[in-house]
Amino acid sequence: MIFTTNAEKGAVADKSKKETTKKQTLRRRLIGAAAILFWLAVWQAVSMAIGNDILLVSPIAVIKRLFELVVTADFWHSVGLSFIRIISGFLLALAAGLALALLASFSSVIKQLLAPLMTAIKTVPVASFIILVLIWFPSKRLSTVISFLMVLPIIYTNTLSAIASLRPDLDEMAAVFRIPPLRRLRCVCLPQVMPGFLTGCELSLGLCWKSGIAAEVIGIPKHSIGEALQQAKIYLDTPDLFAWTVVIVAVSALFARLFMSAMRLLEKRITRV
Amino acid sequence: MSGTDIKINALTKSYGEKVVLNDLCVVFEGGKVSCVSAMSGKGKTTLLRLIMGLEKPDFGTIDLPEGTKISVVFQEDRLLDGMDASSNIRLVNKKLSSETVADALTGVGLDPKEKQPVGEYSGGMKRRVAIVRALLADFDLLLLDEPFKGLDADTRARTADFIRGHTVGKTVILVTHDPADAELLGSAATVHI
Repeated sequence: MIFTTNAEKGAVADKSKKETTKKQTLRRRLIGAAAILFWLAVWQAVSMAIGNDILLVSPIAVIKRLFELVVTADFWHSVGLSFIRIISGFLLALAAGLALALLASFSSVIKQLLAPLMTAIKTVPVASFIILVLIWFPSKRLSTVISFLMVLPIIYTNTLSAIASLRPDLDEMAAVFRIPPLRRLRCVCLPQVMPGFLTGCELSLGLCWKSGIAAEVIGIPKHSIGEALQQAKIYLDTPDLFAWTVVIVAVSALFARLFMSAMRLLEKRITRV
Repeated sequence: MSGTDIKINALTKSYGEKVVLNDLCVVFEGGKVSCVSAMSGKGKTTLLRLIMGLEKPDFGTIDLPEGTKISVVFQEDRLLDGMDASSNIRLVNKKLSSETVADALTGVGLDPKEKQPVGEYSGGMKRRVAIVRALLADFDLLLLDEPFKGLDADTRARTADFIRGHTVGKTVILVTHDPADAELLGSAATVHI
């Protein structure tokens, strides 16, 4: 007869749970990849049926154009400058939104003062802002200002509502157990505020790229992705348009992934007991 | 009466028109388990909140020995849902070693290797984490507000053993509407309010 201890049974259960999760993850990834391949095949089939590269270029032609672009210095120059401009706006909005949300959470006067400003920024169409900012700033600053304006209200609103929903019962718990103020801020308050703040970041990351590139297409600053898209429009160069769009999506998704991972790591480190 | 006793003098507390505590006078003996018993809504929790200093009395005084460190099991668990059990416990006492926390969790029937956030725990598991947190904090006075709420008979007995083992010589005030809770913790005196 074989006897097993509870610890051994637990280890076996853990191993089987891990294996099941691994299988599920692999299955999900395979289905995801198959879905992408399916839509690429649909795209290829439709473009072959149309047979006109100006109307709908094939994915193969786009990939070919992409390979031609990435070996040029101009490509990296444009991607680099657009990245710096748009991400500067995003980071500035992150800092400003966080600071303003903190101030507003301490003072209802500041909160009321900021409310119409944030509503205005949220409701005014981005095109109006782009034209207005073009009058005020040189076009090379446009995408920074626009991405700042689009991100600011999201970070501000999400952080403010996270601070507003801090649980008073946990504050009482921390007071009774005499948890020092800095530890209380780090381990009790931050874990409650971070999810709201991170949701704001996640929402903003996509938006800053969409609005920043739209601003560049209108303002046409030199050496920018927007300028390349504008050129593609003028010359009806659909492969270029699609190739640059793929670049925008890739850079935006890559940065979003890196940024969110870094933020989650930072959160884990700061809030560690 | 000794220097470790807790003296409540003519304590009165109202919320608007509703008088919750009226001229309450009682002495809780230091180093012993005392029970406060009453029906729901009769001011048991308010009494604990006043002792903790979370509310101010309308009238009367609470005399605690100087420098009394309080620990508490709140009626609600008041845990950080995103943290695991061990982190919730170490939050209130960073000097605790991993072994001490693991032993305590095992003592109340929880798996110390479990790393999932307590937000995913059942009500009874959360309750036991809250109890371990209170008992491993540095304290002179322990306040227990319906500590066995949501625990089955076996777990209740096991947890009561654990509490008794960690409160020898300490002042404990247990608030409950169930006389069996007082018996489980070996309460020396019961005050009906």
